Amino acid sequence: MSLSDLLILLPQAFLLVWASLLLLVDLFISKERKVITAILGAAGLAITLGLTSGQWGSRATGFNQMVVVDNFSVFLSGLFTLAGLVAIVIAYDNMRRTGIHKTEFYSLLLFSVAGMMLMSAAADLIIVFLALELLSIPLYILAGLAVPRAGSAEGAIKYFLLGAFASGFVLYGTALIFGATQGTSLAGIMASIQSGTAELPLLVIGAALLLVGFSFKVAAVPFHMWTPDVYQGAPSPVTGFMSIGAKAAGFAALIRVFSLAFPSLAGQFAPIFAVLAGLTMVVGNVAAVSQVSIKRMLAYSSIAHAGYILMALVPLADPSVAANSTASALTYLVVYGITTLGAWAVISAVENADGGDTSVRDLSGLARQHPWLAAAMTFFMLSFTGIPPLAGFWGKFYLFRTAIEGGYTTLAIIGLLSSLVSAWYYLRVIVMMYFRESEAGASRAPSIQIAAILLALAVLVLGLFPSGLFQLALQALANGVS
Amino acid sequence: MPVITLQLVIFITVAALAIASALGMLFSRNTVYSALLLVFNFTTVAFLYFMMGAPFIGLAQITVYAGAIMVLFLFVIMLLGTEQIARIEQLSAQSVAAVLLGLVIITEAVVVFLLRNPTSLVVTSGGDVVSVNEIGGLLYSQYLLPFEITSFILLVAVVGAIILTKQEKPAGKAVEGEVKK
Repeated sequence: MSLSDLLILLPQAFLLVWASLLLLVDLFISKERKVITAILGAAGLAITLGLTSGQWGSRATGFNQMVVVDNFSVFLSGLFTLAGLVAIVIAYDNMRRTGIHKTEFYSLLLFSVAGMMLMSAAADLIIVFLALELLSIPLYILAGLAVPRAGSAEGAIKYFLLGAFASGFVLYGTALIFGATQGTSLAGIMASIQSGTAELPLLVIGAALLLVGFSFKVAAVPFHMWTPDVYQGAPSPVTGFMSIGAKAAGFAALIRVFSLAFPSLAGQFAPIFAVLAGLTMVVGNVAAVSQVSIKRMLAYSSIAHAGYILMALVPLADPSVAANSTASALTYLVVYGITTLGAWAVISAVENADGGDTSVRDLSGLARQHPWLAAAMTFFMLSFTGIPPLAGFWGKFYLFRTAIEGGYTTLAIIGLLSSLVSAWYYLRVIVMMYFRESEAGASRAPSIQIAAILLALAVLVLGLFPSGLFQLALQALANGVS
Repeated sequence: MPVITLQLVIFITVAALAIASALGMLFSRNTVYSALLLVFNFTTVAFLYFMMGAPFIGLAQITVYAGAIMVLFLFVIMLLGTEQIARIEQLSAQSVAAVLLGLVIITEAVVVFLLRNPTSLVVTSGGDVVSVNEIGGLLYSQYLLPFEITSFILLVAVVGAIILTKQEKPAGKAVEGEVKK
């Protein structure tokens, strides 16, 4: 290791050290002043965001080609740190209100963000696996943070067992790929495939196992079973963070591995991705319709959104669309991230103090009591549905467009039709908030309100000026993945 | 007729102990004895690795299998209560599967050791490849980053174990109630 190696991974290293120190510092902060821990955690993420955005435009590999920092990793690292920041803001109020304010939350969140950032910078399957663990283990713990509550324990155990199972798939796949190509570095694997020294059957089985493992993480059908229970049981701020963080990290791994290491396998994997995407969109949207709990509804909705994004991985074999389709996946991740964080912020505010389940009905009459929260929630629901001029519309527009350009019109039509289905359950939330008489109580903490309103504004602004984000996503692919 | 050397004597003793402990593990009525015999079996197999000049695999065998995994087994056995488990009759479907899998392994062993030339199985490689020095060197150079990430993963796991098990008084009771249900 040299100093330059450390400089390449400076944001991640800084965040890991900061998180470890925060664990210690937290012990010396008295119970009434725990807001300091939250602020310190947020400060760590903000500094990391600054450090990582300073790396934009450069490309460097470090630690014996184990990690690569390029625009792709910086783009996603920015998304992860921002998601972490929003999660801290939401969590501080919600966790105090529901009586589960364990301040290790902040350190664990930081560790998880560091794992996600490492995942986006992984250039070696060993790092992919370790980053997956580093991001997942804090999430398992965070899901169980409310643990005397039965749902939280159930969710955490389910998440842990199925997550460990998925990690097993990733590890087994890595071992088989190592056997087939004598290497674990993504560049080495690609070289081995191109020179024809790789043992193909073994390699394809290994790649398929990796796909299964990552599909668990992004909650793609048929590997989605854990999602509703975990989303329902975990504390709402944790769910909000998980719904974008874990998903985006899973997609980071999928994009890195499948477009960097196996470009020549893309043709063989296209039908598999197409079936996964189609199933995920249909099952997610149809199952969401009948949900009573808004947390379960958003869980199925997050499954459906994973399906939309998976659509972008189908036409990777076609070099003329590959860049555009990957960029549309990145765009959609950002748009979805903002929207889902916002929706979970509103749920965190509305949630009862006992932290129990929240049904769609609990939102009825929210517009009268809390007009700002209701307005923000309306934006998020409309963006989820994909109604112009909000960000969600453009996200879907880019995805469907690249699917059609890649020759997968059927897939785009399935996406469109399942979006129509989704309108029913998203609009139901709006109807509940505006046209039902009831006393929906909600937290009046300014932090959570401001977060929700800012996210709603972001949804609107990105919807009005969508091309900037898409161009940024294209640039993110320009000097690394393509 | 091979010459009887000290090495051969040790090998036969260790191998006999390994087989005996494996059989004892299978036929013991008491699950705790079974688990302890399995620990003993792992240790003897580790000794065989040492004799073959593979200290790292031997040590890994002891720390990972005999140490970590078997202690976990013992915990599970003791926490679940062995007396209750002993009375449960074996599932017939499970024993059928066990017999089938056992036959597969025996066939495989016969094919590999008797029908194919056993010497072709011997992998000759420099002794340095499996030496602890070599692995340590790689771990601190080529694989430094994975090594460091692993240490953070372990830190997180430790913190998590403490958070999830350290409950305030009423909470602890609630969790106990859950288990009994």
